[in-house]
Amino acid sequence: MQEITQVQLAPELDKPRVSTTPWAEAWRRFQRHRLAYWSLWLLSALVLVVLLGPLFYKVGINDIDFKARLASPTAAHIFGTDDLGRDLLARMLYGGRISLAVGLAAMLMAITVGVLVGSVAGMARGWVDSLLMWLTDLFLSLPQLPLLLLLIFLFREPLKAAFGLEAGVFILIVVVIGGFRWMPVARLVRAQFFSLREKEFVEAARALGASTTRQVLRHILPNSLGPVIVAATIDVAAAIIAESTLSFLGLGFPPDIPTWGRILYDSRDYMDMALHWALFPGMAIFLTVLTINFIGDGLRDALDPRRVL
Amino acid sequence: MLNYILRRLLIALPSLLGISVVLFTVLALAPGDPFEDLANNPSVPPEVRMALRVQFGLDDPIWQRYLSWLSSMFQGNWGFSFVSRINVDQLILQRLPVTLVVIGLSQLLAMLVALPVGILSAAKPYSWFDRIASTLAFVGFSLPTFFTGVIFILFFSIYLGWFPFVYRSDLSATGLDWWWQQFRQSIMPITVLGLFQAASMMRYVRSAVLDVIRLDYVTTARSKGLAERTVITKHVVRNALIPVVTLVALQMPAVFGGAIVTEQIFRIPGIGSLLIDAILRNDTPVIMAVTFVFSCLVIFFNLMADLLYGWLDPRISYR
Repeated sequence: MQEITQVQLAPELDKPRVSTTPWAEAWRRFQRHRLAYWSLWLLSALVLVVLLGPLFYKVGINDIDFKARLASPTAAHIFGTDDLGRDLLARMLYGGRISLAVGLAAMLMAITVGVLVGSVAGMARGWVDSLLMWLTDLFLSLPQLPLLLLLIFLFREPLKAAFGLEAGVFILIVVVIGGFRWMPVARLVRAQFFSLREKEFVEAARALGASTTRQVLRHILPNSLGPVIVAATIDVAAAIIAESTLSFLGLGFPPDIPTWGRILYDSRDYMDMALHWALFPGMAIFLTVLTINFIGDGLRDALDPRRVL
Repeated sequence: MLNYILRRLLIALPSLLGISVVLFTVLALAPGDPFEDLANNPSVPPEVRMALRVQFGLDDPIWQRYLSWLSSMFQGNWGFSFVSRINVDQLILQRLPVTLVVIGLSQLLAMLVALPVGILSAAKPYSWFDRIASTLAFVGFSLPTFFTGVIFILFFSIYLGWFPFVYRSDLSATGLDWWWQQFRQSIMPITVLGLFQAASMMRYVRSAVLDVIRLDYVTTARSKGLAERTVITKHVVRNALIPVVTLVALQMPAVFGGAIVTEQIFRIPGIGSLLIDAILRNDTPVIMAVTFVFSCLVIFFNLMADLLYGWLDPRISYR
């Protein structure tokens, strides 16, 4: 008896083994993607400035200062002014909130529709699956920007009347952008469902009598979240670009709401005199989209457990 | 092979019909009345307005309206532009060639940039070249075309004064000079659109080559003692480019989106700027027709990609 106990004594390890949760492991992997890691900090800083900036920088977006028309960046107007002498920093802080809100809301819409369509197609199979996938392919081959413009042209006025100017355009843009971005998510989720529903742990749940809803919500969906999160991140960037494109074409938010794309659009006629006016909003869009894309790339590495990092 | 082509055509047809249903539904659901202007016009009595409604079949059931709309679309009877006062099909035929030339040349430029860079990146993954190229690709598709367009105009037209920033379709020059001026005014839009495409295409090429390069037959080719250059160009690239064809075709909707923006920035008289003008001036027949043309083009390119894929890849069965 005595000897056996002695044999069982293991040599002491240098460090105690810590168990990690999947999320902690993902975070560790994410940090190894340096560009994604720094992008996360930069984007967080940008979001914080846009959210908290107006609390400290108290210049109205429509305050007209005729003495400083088209002024270059100075201490009084950090980002300069536009043709009416309105402060660009204040306008960009305001526009940033709208751009980010549009991006997030459109992403939520696209992900919700995509997950719904994908999981129904993945679970139902048969003709339901064929029909839904035909619909997905159809939407994928629609020319998005022309249709986006068409929808906004047709539905802008009635929505403006129903929900008020800002809310109406916001709802329209979010629904339209979101409605055109769900297809890749649906395909991803369907493919995940096809492989996961045959896995042993789902079969075990089925054998224990779990209902289809429970199988989906507790077992299949959480395991297919990785690619969905990556797609969601990239969708935010795509929605921000889509919104700025619409505003830049003069068909997004009305002129008195200064989104980044709209400011860039307004600056076109003064490019030779006021370089800063075009440069700041353009850089803001670019930096936001770039950091989001890098974060998406980092998440792709972090959330794929098969990848060795 | 003929069987395969026919089958693909049969698959493309329902998508075309589907798109026409989507378009028509959007138009039918949209509030507003095409005769609204007449309603506000005191010199037009309400009876005339009603008679017009009946004449144009606005009070018919919706499926009947759809069928008559569809049949007139297929007969090439696309209506009359309210603004330009000519038939819509003529208007589009005038504008379409410019758009196709710009899109075609920018795709060519994108391929010329993306193929070599993508292949070189994948040949030495995680090398310095690969890292720089991949980062630049990220920058490239995070820069929206409207911003690059503005920067190009600022730098090359206003600061350096090399290129004109407004595209003119009525160049007065003739002969060689015409070609030179055409080149000078086309180079910026084509570069803006081409580089944007090149960024995402480069990533496709890179991952496609990476997928192929670790296959066994490539190792075999190497162990036979072939030069790395021969292995890459003769063995890897030829197979890697097959999926790229499909991915490029799937990008076509995005390409058209970029073309609309580019045409708007550089004021190119193509169908993209026609669409924007029509929207700003409430020219409904033109809007519908241009959207329909864009849809047809997308489906056409998808069909071409399918056929090309079947021709390139003998593993695809023609059944």
